[in-house]
Amino acid sequence: MNIIVCVKQVPDTVEAELSINESERNIKTEGLVFDINEWDDYALEEALLLKERVGGSVTAVTLGSEGADAVLRKCLAKGADRAIWLRDDLFEGSDAYATAKILHSAIKDLTFDLILTGVQANDDGHTAVGVMLAELLGVPHATMVKKIEMIPGEGIARVSRELEGGLEEIVEVKLPVVLTIQTGINEPRYVSIMGIRRARDKPIDILSLKELGLRGEEVGEAGSWIKVERMFMPPTEKEAVILSGSLDEMASNLVEILKARGLV
Amino acid sequence: MRGIFVLAEHRRGELRDITLEMLSKGRELAKKIDAELVAVLLGHDTENFAKELSTQVGKVLVVNDIRLKDFNAEVYQRVLSSLIMKYKPLLTLIGHTSFGVDLAPALAVELVIPLATDCIDLGFEDRRLFVTRQMYGGKVNVHVSLHEAESYLVTVRQAAFKAEKGEPLGGEIIRVESPLSGNLETKRLIEYVEPPVGEVDITKAEVIVSVGRGIKDEKNLPLFKELAQALKGEIGCSRPIVDKGWLPKDRQVGFSGKTVKPKVYIAIGISGAFQHTFGMKNSELIVAINKDQKAPIFRVADYGIVGDLFKVIPALTDKINELKQSAS
Repeated sequence: MNIIVCVKQVPDTVEAELSINESERNIKTEGLVFDINEWDDYALEEALLLKERVGGSVTAVTLGSEGADAVLRKCLAKGADRAIWLRDDLFEGSDAYATAKILHSAIKDLTFDLILTGVQANDDGHTAVGVMLAELLGVPHATMVKKIEMIPGEGIARVSRELEGGLEEIVEVKLPVVLTIQTGINEPRYVSIMGIRRARDKPIDILSLKELGLRGEEVGEAGSWIKVERMFMPPTEKEAVILSGSLDEMASNLVEILKARGLV
Repeated sequence: MRGIFVLAEHRRGELRDITLEMLSKGRELAKKIDAELVAVLLGHDTENFAKELSTQVGKVLVVNDIRLKDFNAEVYQRVLSSLIMKYKPLLTLIGHTSFGVDLAPALAVELVIPLATDCIDLGFEDRRLFVTRQMYGGKVNVHVSLHEAESYLVTVRQAAFKAEKGEPLGGEIIRVESPLSGNLETKRLIEYVEPPVGEVDITKAEVIVSVGRGIKDEKNLPLFKELAQALKGEIGCSRPIVDKGWLPKDRQVGFSGKTVKPKVYIAIGISGAFQHTFGMKNSELIVAINKDQKAPIFRVADYGIVGDLFKVIPALTDKINELKQSAS
């Protein structure tokens, strides 16, 4: 089974306090750690597990500027066989649509049974690239996948999609297919020292706009449907009363609040 | 008059809330730009929905086909794209739900219509569409312009708009023949699977002590369970805790978990992305404890403590236990 995994490098912002940079169109990234998008890490793991189960190869593809090869090294270290880095200054500012077009140009001539990617990326959260890529490739898709089962010999994958409120739906889709992977589907492995050593010698293929056969107006802001005009801090609908003081004072204050409501 | 399409979302015989939320916003937009609000209802035997929707819109387009009974992105896309090509609406709204995210991006690419996803607000300036959406897990908002086009597609975040009914409109119900023919499925629904029933039903708890990524390690859980115990409450959690297998799914609060309204909800180490707050923002009292003072959770909380969870929580548990002892 030939599997392609699309991964993205994003800043880890989960526990970071963010501020907006001078352009007012993005955050300040100084001091932030960049790593593989969490959802994509689950997609990569699922690809590796499938390869281990049924054989085949895993190709990791990323679109990104300088430093983005670090996520590909990580994919290789975890067990991916091949890595492709789509890199060009003109790709900057691509939205979900432009991103899908670039990925499509790189993937359309590859042989694949399965393309896996995260449901969404933690930075822009479009929740769209995987499905757009499927449409451009003319193959089916399923999103928010929590379980994948291959039906041997039939060229069909049986997947479980996560719906709202804990409900799931089981759907069958014909291969080749694009699946967008939800977190919690597996337990992503850690990178081993051995893996890092092995990955060091594996090549990363770099492809530019020209090599992908794309034109400048198809990518970046020019080739995008949406453009961020201005970034701002979300307005506060409700401002929490922040309890301050010493640890003891904060705890006492909170206990008083709970007591006043008969909760203690 | 150009139309604003709202795709009605229903599942297993129920119209979902997002439909009315989109109609509320759609009505406001239609009024502003002098467009017609149109509900698009794809399904099988949906007469009752058609009647209900017709009171809220200028027109309901109904396509009745057994193949549309359950949501299937592939067949829905075929029908919806033919309707959009025929009626050329200025804007089509689809819920940013498990249903909408499976459908909208492919539809946009097929028709080459600009798409903006997961929008919390939208409006026209001249004929150009602008939307507001969030980035970085709700930590920042962005004002976004869409490329000028004849038609736009937007997916709308759940609960971003209030589902307010307008003056009854008595819209016309128009039945459109199903454009589906032959066997076209590459995707087939097998069944729905209900969430497993767990040991407790946290939706019945009066006190919920809920933990998130900030608790760092599974072995720290007892610290927070002790607080729950002192308050005679239940332990709940955000998605990452279930993803890591530290707590079972039936304790998850949010979009893909439970929606709760306890007397007090204590959110510990939970940043407060929309996916979580959706499930708890209607609690009677919300207390948030987090080390990032700008965490979105403080925008829904009544009270907050900015600090180290591993110091604040034991201090709090001790105080409560002291108080209980002195009272007994």
